[in-house]
Amino acid sequence: MKERKEIKIPPIKEGIVIDHIPKNHVLRVAQILAVGKEEGMVTIGMNLMSNKLKSKDVIKIEGRDLTDSEINKISIIAPEATVSFIKEYRIEEKLQVRLPKKVSKIVKCSNQKCITRHQNVPTLFIVVNKKPLRLKCHYCEKTISRKEIELI
Amino acid sequence: MLRKKKKQDSKFRFKNKDIVSIHDLSKEEIIHILETAARIEKQNRLGINRNLFKGKVLATLFFEVSTRTRLSFESAFEKLGGKIIGFADAGVSSTKKGESLKDTVNTVEQYADIIAMRHPLDGAARLAADNTKIPIINGGDGANQHPTQTLLDLYTIKKSQDHITELKIAMVGDLKYGRTVHSLAVALSLFKCRLYFVAPRQLRMPEDIKQFLKEKEIAFTEHEKVEEVIETVDVLYVTRIQQERFADPIEYEKVKNVYVIKKDMLNHVKPNLAIMHPLPRVNEISTDVDNTKHAIYFQQAANGIPIRQAVMALALGIAK
Repeated sequence: MKERKEIKIPPIKEGIVIDHIPKNHVLRVAQILAVGKEEGMVTIGMNLMSNKLKSKDVIKIEGRDLTDSEINKISIIAPEATVSFIKEYRIEEKLQVRLPKKVSKIVKCSNQKCITRHQNVPTLFIVVNKKPLRLKCHYCEKTISRKEIELI
Repeated sequence: MLRKKKKQDSKFRFKNKDIVSIHDLSKEEIIHILETAARIEKQNRLGINRNLFKGKVLATLFFEVSTRTRLSFESAFEKLGGKIIGFADAGVSSTKKGESLKDTVNTVEQYADIIAMRHPLDGAARLAADNTKIPIINGGDGANQHPTQTLLDLYTIKKSQDHITELKIAMVGDLKYGRTVHSLAVALSLFKCRLYFVAPRQLRMPEDIKQFLKEKEIAFTEHEKVEEVIETVDVLYVTRIQQERFADPIEYEKVKNVYVIKKDMLNHVKPNLAIMHPLPRVNEISTDVDNTKHAIYFQQAANGIPIRQAVMALALGIAK
């Protein structure tokens, strides 16, 4: 049973696999990584069976690496995601994304009257709760939930 | 002994501390500010230490008009020998020419020792505080924080009741949009007060504040009539209900008189009941209440002076 489900997405020679993305969130992850601009193959899997999450999304991107900032962004959308770095069809490194304590320059403040929306100030949020995710704006002190998150 | 003294000194690091949000202050720090204010108020009464701020310059940067708050800061500083510079509305500053807040405060900090500011945008004081070496005292940033108001409210409660811990405190009026009541509720949670929120349905205390209080295990109840609580509480904190908050003027007409405190409502209240109001008042407290022993809203406004003097003296490192 278990080995069958992985076959639904073809393996890649070199690149990254982001697994355990919550259901219906893979397109936001793809958006963060601006996929489609590269030459490599991009495979998106939605609503796959998972032991960890009831149903999960997966994305595989050929010929792509990730920056720390991109990993931080993914952790906000998909806090349980794992990232595998692939070389010659083998997993060279696998890591679990981790929510940082502070989130800088990634999320836009949803408060229209927040100073960060009016002046050239990089946004900064403090992670006040991980599950469910709640971020507090360092400036206006408004707390936002995952649903309200708008990425920069 | 010496070591102990040193440890006590380092307990509060007020020198150069920005006072931006009530959330930045611990219960001990709040108590220390209130005690410092009481000491300064006593000195003021005795006419000693009149030159506490001599040689110091306070810049009052009011990007939004607030005559009452600005005058209170300026009076507090000038009464103890300090000098004032600043502006009373953004129209006369370089902000009008498009200067960023960061540039404005970076310039002003070259001329002053401390800044008190008000700004129409939420988070403006934090931005200023993060970018200056001199202390920033937030005199209101949009709908967010106004910590010296909260401190003077606490000071007023303490003066009238001798203590704050476990008091029964009702907040009345616009609890949805009122910045004052949000910060006060948060601060009172540190003192385990029992809270009563009296508001029309449309203007109830926001969920995030109620959630915060639940997490802190603070007992509170919500009411629609003042009569349900007035004979139970030690403090009645009244705020103004603004007409512009109602989409339907008929709804406003319905509630506007429900929340008026009148003298005949005070016949069976606790003898220690204190009625407070952040002012300006319109008609939510009838003027016949002014001369009762329960009315302390003008003393509350006066308490802004020692509280602001205490906050500025601590931030400047003049008071320890």
